[in-house]
Amino acid sequence: MECVFGLVGKGFAIVVADTSAVHGILVHKTNEEKIMKLDSHKLIAASGEGGDRVQFSEYIHKNVALYQFRNGIPLTTSAAANFTRAELAAALRKNPYAVNILLAGYDNHTGPSLYYIDYLATLHKVDKAAFGYASYLSLSMMDTHYHAGMSLQEAIDLVDKCITEIRSRLVVAPPNFVMKIVDQHGARECAWRQSLPSASPTFC
Amino acid sequence: MKLDTSGLESFSTLTAPGDDVVGEFSAPPSFQLPNSNDFDGFVKEAIQMVKPAKGTTTLAFIFKDGVIVAADSRASMGGYIYVTSQSVKKIIEINPYMLGTMAGGAADCQFWHRNLGIKCRLHELANKRRISVTGASKLLANILYSYRGMGLSVGTMIAGWDETGPSLYYVDSEGGRLKGTRFSVGSGSPYAYGVLDNGYRYDLSVEEAVELGRRAIYHATFRDGASGGVVSVYHVGPEGWKKWTGDDVGDLHYQYYPVVPSTVEQEMVEATGA
Repeated sequence: MECVFGLVGKGFAIVVADTSAVHGILVHKTNEEKIMKLDSHKLIAASGEGGDRVQFSEYIHKNVALYQFRNGIPLTTSAAANFTRAELAAALRKNPYAVNILLAGYDNHTGPSLYYIDYLATLHKVDKAAFGYASYLSLSMMDTHYHAGMSLQEAIDLVDKCITEIRSRLVVAPPNFVMKIVDQHGARECAWRQSLPSASPTFC
Repeated sequence: MKLDTSGLESFSTLTAPGDDVVGEFSAPPSFQLPNSNDFDGFVKEAIQMVKPAKGTTTLAFIFKDGVIVAADSRASMGGYIYVTSQSVKKIIEINPYMLGTMAGGAADCQFWHRNLGIKCRLHELANKRRISVTGASKLLANILYSYRGMGLSVGTMIAGWDETGPSLYYVDSEGGRLKGTRFSVGSGSPYAYGVLDNGYRYDLSVEEAVELGRRAIYHATFRDGASGGVVSVYHVGPEGWKKWTGDDVGDLHYQYYPVVPSTVEQEMVEATGA
């Protein structure tokens, strides 16, 4: 029931993920962060099995950091996305990672971008994307209301519409969502949407 | 991960030709495969067979004075409850300030916790400071992740008190690792969650917290057939862990629900001769 979706606006890209960590029928945690800061201007939102999600995201994060240390300049979003895809593809026929990824980034020359990378190492540069059950409920909503160059407020309104739709139509909808944004100022947390106060205090 | 296959290297160059005793070592390394048409299916079945259903109840939670860790002590062998032991130690003392809980395969949990204890001690010796709970849980999670798909069954919580205060992590054999303040693992965990979530407050006293842990495990053992035996409750404070209680759940039942003699409404009387 993991929901991850995102879209590109005017000068920014926003990604949204649910924050439930679930095992079978039990919810172990309602404030698990599935969107990781890859570097100062990149976000990686991953959905998939617990071990793969964290381990693969951290592996990409460390390799992106290594590139920066070695070469003195950070990777572009496109390069990071292609690297991620290549790692998924290399592992695919031996020891595949069951992770779906939305990679959002901001580059000084090319502006904001969003990449859709699924567990079979498919790579697409997109304006809007969704994984999991969220895709059924929010893609058509995004297709209707999206237009190029949306302002931040318009984008947040659209995200809220999608979250409302997920909450009302998905049989086991996750209670809480986190929104993270990346723009010229960097990658940061934008907002939470909580219908259930987190089971743990926010120092986690 | 590159496997170290040096152990499989042939010794043929070291032996004299025609030497009968070590003649068999010159054969290329090989091992027998089972005779089956569907090898993949056979492997899947084998892994499923050794994957017990995590018949247990363990829980842990953080509160203002540290971490409470509680568990039952029943070991069963799947199917209809064939209880093999009522006195299994499911709370493993990794070192004097860190505890691990056991759910899943007993051997897997015991071995890997012991292994983790060794790695933590090595870290202390190499770095002249104690390892953090974050670090210890990450060590264990990485090890378990590298064995994923091979049939390990471990659902454990690492609880401890380090320089940053009390910490609690849930680590399982699929490689998942979660930081949190309240977890319960095992077949009885939904029952334990009910009592735990209801009675939890961050500002519990140590006595109240120990009682909450004990009560939650008791209720889980009442409803879940794969949990039972003795409830152990540990408290991890700034000085390290301390074992608080070890009560038999049978005794606890009558303590919480003492037998009240029911009032008799109508006494049977001898029928007078008709």
